Amino acid sequence: MKQVSNRKLGRNILKLSLVFILTISTSIFAQDGDPEKGKSLFNANCAACHKLDKKMTGPALRHIEQRLADEQGLDREWLAAWIRNSSALIKAGDAYATKIYDEYSGAAMTAFPQLSDEDINDLLAYTEQEAVVPAQVAGAVSSGGQASSGSGISNKIILGALGLLFALLAMALLLVRRTLNRFAEAKGVDVSETKGTPIWKAFVQNQFLVLVTAIFLLLASGYYLYGYMMQIGVDQGYQPVQPIHYSHKIHAGDNGIDCKYCHSSARVSKTSGIPSLNVCMNCHKSIYEVAESTATEEYSKEFYDGEIKKLYAAAGWSDEEQKYTGEEQPVKWVRIHNLPDFAYFNHSQHVTVAGIECQTCHGPVEEMEIVSQYAPLTMGWCVNCHRDTNVKVKDNAYYTKIHEELSKKYGVDQLTVAQMGGLECGKCHY
Amino acid sequence: MSSNKKYWKSVEELKENSSIVETLQQNEFVEEIPTDEFLGNKESLESSKTTRRDFLKYVGFSTAAASLAACEGPVIKSIPYVVQPEEIVPGVANYYATTIADGFDFASVLVKTREGRPIKIENNTMASTNGGANARVNASVLGLYDSLRMQGPVKGDSYVSWEDLNAEVSQKLTALSGSGKQIVLLTQTFASPSTSKLIAEFKQKYGNVNHVIYDAVSESAALDAYQAKYNERALANYDFSKAETIVSVGADFLSDWQGGGFDTGYSAGRIPTKGKMSRHIQFESNMSLTGANADKRVPLKPSQQKLALAKLYSEVVGGSISVDLPEHILDAVSKAATQLKNSGNKAVVVTGIQDVNAQTVVLEINEYLKSKAFDASTPIKTRQGNDKKVNTLVADMKAGKVGAIIMSGVNPLYTLPNAADFAEGLAQTDLSVTFSMKADETSTQTQYIAAAPHYLESWGDVELKKGHFALMQPTIRPLFDTKQFQDALLNWIGNDISYHDYIKQTWNESILGGASFSQALHDGVFVSNGNMTLATSSESETNTTSEDDKTFVGGIIEDVAQGLGIKKDDEIVIEETTTAPVAKGGQAARALASSTLPEGFELTLYTKVGMGDGQQANNPWLQEFPDPLTRTSWDNYLTVSITDAEALGLRNDHSADGGLNGSYANVTVNGTTLENVPVMIQPGQAKGSVGLAFGYGRTTGLKNEMKTGVNAYVLCQDFNNVQNVNVTAASGMHEFASVQLHNTLMGRGDIIKETTLEIFNTKDKSVWNAVPVVSLNHVDTPVSSPDVDLWDEFDRSIGHHFNLSIDLNACTGCGACVIACHAENNVPVVGKEEVRKSRDMHWLRIDRYYSSEESFDGDNAKKENISGLGSSLSEFGEMEQASENPQVAFQPVMCQHCNHAPCETVCPVAATSHGRQGQNHMAYNRCVGTRYCANNCPYKVRRFNWFLYSQNDEFDYYMNDDLGRMVLNPDVVVRSRGVMEKCSMCIQKTQKTILDAKRDGREIKDGEFQTACSSACSNGAMVFGDINDKDSKVAKLLEDNRMYHLLESVGTKPNVQYHTKVRNTTEA
Repeated sequence: MKQVSNRKLGRNILKLSLVFILTISTSIFAQDGDPEKGKSLFNANCAACHKLDKKMTGPALRHIEQRLADEQGLDREWLAAWIRNSSALIKAGDAYATKIYDEYSGAAMTAFPQLSDEDINDLLAYTEQEAVVPAQVAGAVSSGGQASSGSGISNKIILGALGLLFALLAMALLLVRRTLNRFAEAKGVDVSETKGTPIWKAFVQNQFLVLVTAIFLLLASGYYLYGYMMQIGVDQGYQPVQPIHYSHKIHAGDNGIDCKYCHSSARVSKTSGIPSLNVCMNCHKSIYEVAESTATEEYSKEFYDGEIKKLYAAAGWSDEEQKYTGEEQPVKWVRIHNLPDFAYFNHSQHVTVAGIECQTCHGPVEEMEIVSQYAPLTMGWCVNCHRDTNVKVKDNAYYTKIHEELSKKYGVDQLTVAQMGGLECGKCHY
Repeated sequence: MSSNKKYWKSVEELKENSSIVETLQQNEFVEEIPTDEFLGNKESLESSKTTRRDFLKYVGFSTAAASLAACEGPVIKSIPYVVQPEEIVPGVANYYATTIADGFDFASVLVKTREGRPIKIENNTMASTNGGANARVNASVLGLYDSLRMQGPVKGDSYVSWEDLNAEVSQKLTALSGSGKQIVLLTQTFASPSTSKLIAEFKQKYGNVNHVIYDAVSESAALDAYQAKYNERALANYDFSKAETIVSVGADFLSDWQGGGFDTGYSAGRIPTKGKMSRHIQFESNMSLTGANADKRVPLKPSQQKLALAKLYSEVVGGSISVDLPEHILDAVSKAATQLKNSGNKAVVVTGIQDVNAQTVVLEINEYLKSKAFDASTPIKTRQGNDKKVNTLVADMKAGKVGAIIMSGVNPLYTLPNAADFAEGLAQTDLSVTFSMKADETSTQTQYIAAAPHYLESWGDVELKKGHFALMQPTIRPLFDTKQFQDALLNWIGNDISYHDYIKQTWNESILGGASFSQALHDGVFVSNGNMTLATSSESETNTTSEDDKTFVGGIIEDVAQGLGIKKDDEIVIEETTTAPVAKGGQAARALASSTLPEGFELTLYTKVGMGDGQQANNPWLQEFPDPLTRTSWDNYLTVSITDAEALGLRNDHSADGGLNGSYANVTVNGTTLENVPVMIQPGQAKGSVGLAFGYGRTTGLKNEMKTGVNAYVLCQDFNNVQNVNVTAASGMHEFASVQLHNTLMGRGDIIKETTLEIFNTKDKSVWNAVPVVSLNHVDTPVSSPDVDLWDEFDRSIGHHFNLSIDLNACTGCGACVIACHAENNVPVVGKEEVRKSRDMHWLRIDRYYSSEESFDGDNAKKENISGLGSSLSEFGEMEQASENPQVAFQPVMCQHCNHAPCETVCPVAATSHGRQGQNHMAYNRCVGTRYCANNCPYKVRRFNWFLYSQNDEFDYYMNDDLGRMVLNPDVVVRSRGVMEKCSMCIQKTQKTILDAKRDGREIKDGEFQTACSSACSNGAMVFGDINDKDSKVAKLLEDNRMYHLLESVGTKPNVQYHTKVRNTTEA
């Protein structure tokens, strides 16, 4: 923990100093404008469609002013006009504006009339900054595989050394024994041991012991057999490898995306639904790589970026051309939570009507790098919850009458699902 | 104590000299048990290397290995959408309104789709246009997933691309357009304004185009009669709810007569309200569904029907006609006439006789009566076929006058009686294209099979009734490389818009009158209020006569026609060719009266509610659907009266294994003989008449299991459904798959309670609907009293308590509920062999009972009078025989969800238990298959899975292929072998309704709770709901005087109510 924060601190200092240096250097030739302010403005307004060094929905913007001036002979004034209302420029028939509009297949840029001259100056100051060369820190994390294997190797070495030690000890003991035997032989001492009853014979002769052992063995095997039988068909902890390494931890945990943003049909349908790829592309159109800080010891940034590439391939998205190619390859996810056909389960009943948290059944998915089956999904597990959980009747006109009558009948304030009839066979099996 | 009482163990014992009884007396088993085969050879037994111990070891090892191997859970993959369509949420059903229009069935329906797959057809309650979805429409969703569908266009033996097909066909058409040879479009009835317009454009482009509309089951005579009278090629529309007296002469209007869809109105008038209900008199030869529901049924031969109708005309309208009919028929006719006259404008007459004179007479009578039930303002458009034009076409084709024939929605090589002539002509055409979903009898004989989409994948529009338009929209993307007829036509006339846009154009131009197309598409129907009167407002002026109603041109409303670019001149040609001079009123009646009575048998060809015209013959649901009357599935058969059967030496026997066997007969019409037709002895069949159903005997384009029955179309010569036939017995016995072998009620009036309207109106409930009593301390106590109950009553007053109410008066026995239940609950199809062994899986069956006396009342009286001494055995035996003209009663029976269920107490593993909401639950995963519950159920509604019916090659029906399994309802589990199953009262649907209400935080309104059967029942016979909601319809029905429970004396306290059947037997 300490280490990590230290490292981040180091990086931050490095960044800060770089920024500081750059600020000074750029301020020499940029007329004015505060790149720090510009950065925050950029992130708030532009980052959805533009990156500094990469063509996205809109063009890459580093040194945009310089390039415009060099290539097109357009000045800051034109740029400001474009930013404030690009479509007006296009309508006015500005040649370069029309060209850009056509080049990006008619996607009009959002107008930002609220940006002041100063804001635009700040923004342009930000775009004039030189690219930050990835510092050495990144290099250290670059191959997660190596880093993670480090501790593994050390463990193995220790174990190996221990094993070697024990082997040597055993050898030494054997050698000592042989030497002693030789001594005895030489001195004519008889080393043959006196033979008593062998222990197994003694055991067999003792009927009480045999009986106790037999009972113990039977009970033990019964116990283990029962345990084995009961876990047949229960796939708790099932953690299959998915075709795309999708990290729920990053999405639901670090970024706090609501489960139902992607699994939207859980609100209305019996299935929670695996999100279609267009839902992924809502965000990943602009998120083409993960941040440095996302990478962990186990999974490097390159690894995650590669997985995003897999998504692009599946959705048929060409990152270079920023458009869909139409060559789709639907993803064959491996289903983790499998209910048998004869059990009917409806997500919306639990999610929308009862307001149960997804985590109640699916566990802390937001902490899972790879999702595994958290609950046993056995009937006993369902039934136990139905016995304990109270029905959420508040503000639901459907329950008003039945709750009033039933609670009077049972003499309780709160009705459990079971009391409401939630244990009847036909409620889940049909 | 010794007793001389003789117990009989089977029906066979009642017969003298039964060979089976004799065999059984000598031997325990009818057939030798083949023990010798496996134990006889002692040598080989001894020399075998496998000892008994080895065998047990192997068994033990393999069982252990198998069970251990099974412990590993399978890896299940889930593949989400790449781009999820906005309207699809996995796990939530979507509903789309669309229309079926396959040329035989026309109905506006709702389609339930799950994850984009249509899985069920439901009634479109918004569309009051044309009755409800019948059994076939309910089953039509399975046709979408038919594994034998054409997967792309085919030329000869190989697949071609649509581009090539279009190019080749256009080229040939262009070449032919100048050659003087005809280009023929032979189609089903589309009744589609857009298609009519499109075909007109096609005619313009290629010239010399002849459009022939062909209905496999013709209504040409009725169309001709209506056209002559009202100048419009359409069918009269009747609303039977407005009729107090209904007289039908040979019209099976509760099934497919004139397009069907009349049962909803009929049922509405059958429920006695304020002491009144309609009276229905039926004159017919076959026992039809309609005759079975009639208050009075008069069996008579088809030729006699004509005379009876003529007589009826003279008695009602006037004029003197004397006909040669037996006294009792004359008497019935004159009584019917009196009743009609008494009811005045609340009376209606209909007929199914395929004769222009007969149809004219009926129109005249209704007009004379000023019948309110006859609605002239909205005639039905769903049959437009023209027999004469079809005949001309076949002749032209044989003469080589036809250059190209393009067919859509028809299968003439199966449905034409002169199919050989057609085939000969077809070979002479230069170009032949069939738009077909199957490689069927016709399409395999044409040069191109243009793979057509299912109606659930197509666009379309239909004018069901005049001014009542319906839209067809795709509910799934085409599963295969298919193209619909209209899209191809558009391509061939060089128009590159899609048929969808074309429909939209047509509607915006000439139908909608400014209304929104999207709204019409959403509703599925659009009722035009332009120049036509609405059905609702037509009550005041029903008798718009032909003189002032000249807005029609050849079946299309004039202004629409103009919009469509159809000139009047185009249509006049048709009128000239079609309209034969039709006699008026009295003249027609006299012509009818002079028709001759043939000597031999008369055959009436009909359609079964399960199979219709046979285009869905590859649908296992419909094949396994038991006919409402004969209760026989997987077959058609010659229905013969018992008298005629005895005279011809035809028999129906029950074999030792419980199955029904029938003789074979050869049926000859004009030299055409249909050999080995199975014979079914049908109570109520008029003497001297026989019946045979269309739709069976298909040979191409269907699975071997579905190739059942014989093709009756070959006998339908000159498109007449009545033929003079010669019937002779043939050797051999046919094995039927019948689900009900005991036909009579045996006087057990407490199963189906019946009374007459007179008694119902005048007597106390205790007379006609008495609660059974038991003796408690020598005091008669009703069984419903808690004092005589073995069990403690549970408190069911809190929450929901579901009840299903079935009104035996409104139930016509149509069977839509049976198929709806099939689709909703993944009920498997088991096949003919298994049905014969009584292993059918239908959760909902419709029992049909015949009376053995003239009426059920007679049965009760007879049973009461059996003394118990001497002759009782033979008297009970007599009661097993249905009467020659019995009363018929239908009773849908499903799990009764008894509050004191006998099945629940005997289950050793508590797999079946009771819910607080009144449903009897069945946990399949808990069931071990002891079948105690089925033995202990007094209603025999539990079904046992003898085999695994899904993914099993032995049961090669829809559940055996990936495509067919797409129809399964994902909310209901597919049961496995060895478990018991039964009606769950659609608990998945009630749970869904409750959940929706909880999610919205609201109370549930009456009518929201539905089961598959109750929502499929458009007749109002089945009502489902919560009886704890005191204002609900079902709670009120529970208090109704007519309410009783099935086998109430057993004390099971069912949650299914029945409502006493009331017959209006009041003679005028």
